[in-house]
Amino acid sequence: MVDEDLEVVAVAVIKKNNRLTGMLASAGCALLSGLPTQAQAAELDLWDFDTATLIYAEGDGRVSALEPVISATRNFDSETKLNLKLAIDTLTGASPNGATPSDQAQTFARPSGKGRYTISEGEQPLDDTFKDGRGAFSATWSAPINRDWAYTAGGYLSSEHDYQSLGANGSVSRYLNQKNTTLTFGMNLSSDTLNPEGGLPVGLNRVPTFGSTAFSTDFDNSRDGSSDNKQVVDIILGLTQVIDRKTLVQFNYSLSASSGYLNDPYKIVSVIDDASGANYGGHYQLAGNNLYLYEKRPDSRLKQALFWQGKRQLNNGDILDLSYRFMFDDWGINSHTLDLRYRWNLGQHYLEPQLRWYSQSAADFYQRYVTASEYPALDDVSADYRLGDLDTYTIGLRYGYHLREGKELYTRVSFYQETNTGQSGIGKLSRQELYPDNTAVMMTVGYRF
Amino acid sequence: MQRTIILSTLLFSMLLAGCSNLGVKPWERDILAKQEMQLISDPVEAGLDDHIYFSKEATSGGRGFGGGGCGCN
Repeated sequence: MVDEDLEVVAVAVIKKNNRLTGMLASAGCALLSGLPTQAQAAELDLWDFDTATLIYAEGDGRVSALEPVISATRNFDSETKLNLKLAIDTLTGASPNGATPSDQAQTFARPSGKGRYTISEGEQPLDDTFKDGRGAFSATWSAPINRDWAYTAGGYLSSEHDYQSLGANGSVSRYLNQKNTTLTFGMNLSSDTLNPEGGLPVGLNRVPTFGSTAFSTDFDNSRDGSSDNKQVVDIILGLTQVIDRKTLVQFNYSLSASSGYLNDPYKIVSVIDDASGANYGGHYQLAGNNLYLYEKRPDSRLKQALFWQGKRQLNNGDILDLSYRFMFDDWGINSHTLDLRYRWNLGQHYLEPQLRWYSQSAADFYQRYVTASEYPALDDVSADYRLGDLDTYTIGLRYGYHLREGKELYTRVSFYQETNTGQSGIGKLSRQELYPDNTAVMMTVGYRF
Repeated sequence: MQRTIILSTLLFSMLLAGCSNLGVKPWERDILAKQEMQLISDPVEAGLDDHIYFSKEATSGGRGFGGGGCGCN
């Protein structure tokens, strides 16, 4: 299944890449055509390009993504540069809607309210109409202020059919001890707008039942306008230290405050019958139909993270890169991330095995399902598996080939495995698979010149 | 509060003083100057990774501002 997905996506990559290359080439030609030939060559020498395409495919026909990226850097001098980056991604496939599998078939309305999808008994409720495209552009200027200080300033813009993000960031660095120590302060502000398909659902409201006589009235009543906003402020304090000729380390503290509409508008929660009887552990029914609620998260989140990275070239020329991140937030999530890379230099070629382990604890309001007796008193709830107890592993291998000075062709294949755990079901629900594993294959091909 | 500030300042100065014994002379930066020895040696790959992990996990950033800017379902 994954192979087929990869094949389909690969064909699309090639088509898309041709189009993108064509677009960029014509833009580049238009810029250069005003210059005499020698000046054109000199101008091109000042640019570094970095292009890559990622293919991402989850197992069981879940999400597939294709993301070509082009990054271009204009060097004004050794420390002054402008980086421009364009990324386009296309997503298709099926995404879990949050409901639990059941011993009965379940029918859900599409998020738009137009149409429905039915999930057979015992199957994971996946919304298979998931389709999205995204374009993201960013620009970053970096330059020295004087011998001891440097700064960066940047902005970005990202757009999907139901989500837009606009951001600005900047940082100041102070060099100490002959530039062996660097202190950095950075800040990022972003303002996002959501306009979900079918309007903005009200958290904890009942999900309208498709086909019921009151569907269109219920649907309208479950919405609160068509769009809302989210603001994010990030702050980073960093210390980078050169240890010796072959070793350097970095230590960062970061803080991220989000506020506004933080729900996922497409996620719902099942209400399970906990009254003793034949339907114990089955879906709770209200007015003859299964009851599902729209998820609701708090309207603010404060995350803090400590990050450490060390990098060292060994005596045989190989490079060891290790990093660790600890994150904690006021939603009750803690996470640990460990990333290890070993770059094995083989002359013009290199091989780089990569390992990553990530583990998070669940948010306080995460519940795989809610029971009929607890649902009327809920403040916040989400059954989004990404807020639950989660462990993920990534194992990857990158291969690179240096063609000539500064030119490199590389490819990377990684396998990603997600494992969820949590409260087990009651009664009939305990026979359902509530925490299915998810796997993904990622492949990147890139060229730097 | 004041004590915390004094203590942090003291600790921070000690940390920086400790750091002043470490490091290299400007002419010993040959290895550290290489692309593969940069903390983020491939920013495009790092950006793609941030985007994936932002969409699949509850944590993002730390190394930089990383991820974000998408609905990511």
